Amino acid sequence: MTKRAATKRAVILTVNGETKTVRAYPMERLLDVLREELGLTGTKEGCGEGECGACSVLMDGALVDSCLVPVGQAQGANIVTIEGIARNAKCRALQETFLECGGAQCGICTPGMILAAAYLLEKKSKPTIDEIREGLAGNLCRCTGYAQIVEAVAEAARRSAGA
Amino acid sequence: MRSDPADYEFAAPASLQEAVKLLAEQPKEWLPIAGGTDVMVQYAAGTLGARKLLSVWNLPELRRIEVQPGEVRIGAGSTYSDLRESEIVAREFPLLARAAGWTGGIANQNRGTLGGNIVNASPAADSLPALLAYGAELIAISARGERRIAYRDFHTGYKKMNLAADELIRAICLPRKFVGYVSYARKVGARNAQAISKVCIAALGRVENDAVADVRIALGSVAPVPIRLGETERVLQGRRLDAATVALARKTAVSETKPIDDIRSTARYRAAVVSNLVGEFLEQLAGGDAGGE
Repeated sequence: MTKRAATKRAVILTVNGETKTVRAYPMERLLDVLREELGLTGTKEGCGEGECGACSVLMDGALVDSCLVPVGQAQGANIVTIEGIARNAKCRALQETFLECGGAQCGICTPGMILAAAYLLEKKSKPTIDEIREGLAGNLCRCTGYAQIVEAVAEAARRSAGA
Repeated sequence: MRSDPADYEFAAPASLQEAVKLLAEQPKEWLPIAGGTDVMVQYAAGTLGARKLLSVWNLPELRRIEVQPGEVRIGAGSTYSDLRESEIVAREFPLLARAAGWTGGIANQNRGTLGGNIVNASPAADSLPALLAYGAELIAISARGERRIAYRDFHTGYKKMNLAADELIRAICLPRKFVGYVSYARKVGARNAQAISKVCIAALGRVENDAVADVRIALGSVAPVPIRLGETERVLQGRRLDAATVALARKTAVSETKPIDDIRSTARYRAAVVSNLVGEFLEQLAGGDAGGE
């Protein structure tokens, strides 16, 4: 196709608490805008089709796969990435327990796992093991075998309850 | 190969009225996109036919669950998470709540919509057998007005549906007459999350004075469209659930399906699973176990 159907537009969105304006084609993936326009490379691309959860971010408070979000749908949205959530105290507990329990190995799935876990703990502060497994079921890890990740989330929940 | 975003027009109207107006002006050109869990996968793979995307994500008119005396109207843009969190869906339409809970993972459930699941028209769609079992009706909207259509008449063949190019599904209407029914839903797949079903079932029934007073059985992944097992239901209607009736029902169920061999399973395995699922449902129906699996 020689003639370009679309033109770049200004997309205004809040990313990790800061208002950002980017010029993008509306069908660009939120994932690419975050990584390439805004330099937030903590969000990873795994499968690129919503199966693996490596690109998880929070959009208006909901966990989403950023590879499946055209940035035109993120106009005005509030986005939180791993870089933003890392500043929050609850997330720090998750970071610590992922390290202590061996929940992170190669690290590609880790940002998405942390986002999914933080989203789960926001909704259910004392999840059962089954609820943790369900909360993370959309996030694939090829290293750990999951047991350490589930343990890390359970331990983070215990610490938050004790705090 | 991945698509180039520069090749795609994108419109995000602020209201349902504006969306149907755009569809009326250029009916075959715009492809509606809601949560993108199907459309963006095709886009990523470079197989998306449409070059103009009409975003209906988060339109307030499509994201309401309205409770009326006779029916519950679920806005077509309601996500699986919306369905899981709805008290009335959990109480009166548990088959739908359960199907929503095993669709994709949490991130997909936060974006995938019931209307999108219907128009994507996969024979393996998890929520559609529940709509068949409950006798759902759809409201389609266009600039020409609205019309109602029974969901069982909507999918007419593989990926074929009774929806004009200028129409959107506005709502899914579920009649409120299934309180007290035994409900049974199961997905058989490699795993519940993410994996696509090998077979899934949604079934409802009520036994009075030892005889089947009403029964509704729907299956996904065993035919080009989700199907209701009308013949099996007739075999069961008014009967006592004795061993001979159950055996006949299991056999009839298998004869009503047309499973295929594909990457997920084989026709033979699917037929065996259909028989077993119908058997398990009838066991629970006979036992009056309202919980289901």
